[in-house]
Amino acid sequence: MSHDALLNVSQVVKRFGGFTALNGVSLSLNRGEILGLVGPNGSGKTTCINVISGLYAPDGGDVSFHGRSLVHVPMFRRALLGINRTFQIPKPFKALTVRENVEVAGAYVGQRKRVVDDPVDFVGLAAFADASASSLTSGQQKMLDLARALSTGPELLLVDELAAGLNPQELDAVAKKLTFLASQGVAMIVVEHLLGFVNQLTQHVIVMNEGREIFEGALSAAAKDPQVTAVYLGQSEVSVRDGRQ
Amino acid sequence: MRKNKLSNAIILVGLAILFILAPLLYPNQSVPFQMMAYMALAQGINLLYGFTGYLPFGYVGFFGSGAYGVSVLVLLLHWSVIPAVIGGGLVAVAVALLLSPLLRLSGAYFSIGSLAASEIVYYIVSNPNMQNITQGPYGVNLAGVYAPNTSYYAMLVILLIFTAVVMYVKNSTFGMSLLAIKEDPVSAAMCGVNVVRNRVVIWLASAFAAGLAGAVYGWYVSVFYPSSVFDLTISIFAIVFTLFGGGGTVLGPIVGTIVLYGLYNTIGVSSPQYFQLIYGLLIVVLVMFLPQGLTSLLKRRGINVP
Repeated sequence: MSHDALLNVSQVVKRFGGFTALNGVSLSLNRGEILGLVGPNGSGKTTCINVISGLYAPDGGDVSFHGRSLVHVPMFRRALLGINRTFQIPKPFKALTVRENVEVAGAYVGQRKRVVDDPVDFVGLAAFADASASSLTSGQQKMLDLARALSTGPELLLVDELAAGLNPQELDAVAKKLTFLASQGVAMIVVEHLLGFVNQLTQHVIVMNEGREIFEGALSAAAKDPQVTAVYLGQSEVSVRDGRQ
Repeated sequence: MRKNKLSNAIILVGLAILFILAPLLYPNQSVPFQMMAYMALAQGINLLYGFTGYLPFGYVGFFGSGAYGVSVLVLLLHWSVIPAVIGGGLVAVAVALLLSPLLRLSGAYFSIGSLAASEIVYYIVSNPNMQNITQGPYGVNLAGVYAPNTSYYAMLVILLIFTAVVMYVKNSTFGMSLLAIKEDPVSAAMCGVNVVRNRVVIWLASAFAAGLAGAVYGWYVSVFYPSSVFDLTISIFAIVFTLFGGGGTVLGPIVGTIVLYGLYNTIGVSSPQYFQLIYGLLIVVLVMFLPQGLTSLLKRRGINVP
């Protein structure tokens, strides 16, 4: 764990009743770095993002950003500090238009420096700017989540299964956008099932299972790791979906 | 934005003219007075329900708190009446602050919780042991400050102020943040919106509207009882008027109150046996075909409703 890292997560524990969703997870992230968070369903990936973004308070451990502990910092203040996210199930303001969705965020976090000037255009929704968010497809709503997050000028972006449901061309386009953001200094944690997509973004992955990290390192090495293959055994996802390896 | 300003100005001037002329044209001043009181209450409910989705069945608790606030300040502390009216509004705000944990509830739970809370306030005020302060169930007499004309215009001022507050909220980033919270509190927080604080602010503003309306009402009628200013019918009327016209708009509560309270005072007085029937039917038809209120008829035609 480095002390000058942008984000430090140390020994975070999160329980729901008797179920331990996160059991001592640690990770750190530098500016402009992309970390892939992979693992089977229920392994704690999204819970990890929820703890970092402030949706859940951890039962143990610490999350710090720029060296400052976030444990008692409410969610809206984390957004003001420069942490933002997308949601696995997109959560746009459906009664508002696409442009208004982004404006809400801009109005409250407007003074932060943005990496992209026009987030709506950046995510490819310019043609729908005046359309109601409820009229978008699920994939477009995810892009709207991303645009909204970007309008707050995040330094740390938590991306939760952005790729699910996109076709290969769209996947390529999204991967390019995220890579561009990283090149501008935005750090990212990308939770993803599609390993091919992760592979396009980063070689640095953490594989999780049952609330623990079972592997950290290069994606290519993960496939050869006995623990990782044991977790995925019986699930053909790794070999079938990940055509690039 | 400019267009909004013009239509807002027209609404405010229109309301002022309507209620300045009404007592001259209509023999019974108390009818337009009550209409203003309901309109102010409907705008108060509009602030809360229209922008956050919280429907306060116990809204009358703030109205009663305002009425009793003014009576205690005038009779016990010998304040002059205008500061006492403002004090009455602030009493309602204080009650709302105490009740702000209710905002942790949502939907029907909030509505029922607020109803129960207003009953608690009612029982505290009407308790015979409170006779030294509130006169308990025996009612209060403010005959010393009775001034029907002045209090009539005071109610008009309150109505205009809270109509203007709705206009402000509707066109401000604050209002946009409330709509965002209503849609999705988690997403709103991720947009940097202080969800808890903004909800409490609008809750207190809404209570202030009811408190001031209650305070002026108490001043106007000058003799009242706990059962008359904590009457649940007041909540229900104000809620129905708001929903009938359409929440989240400036015009909705105004139109709703004029139509339904107007009806109440025509057929409700002349033929009460049909009134309940017509009233009930109107509300059922509205809920079934126009759940967003009368003003949604215009919205459907693409007309921007202020």
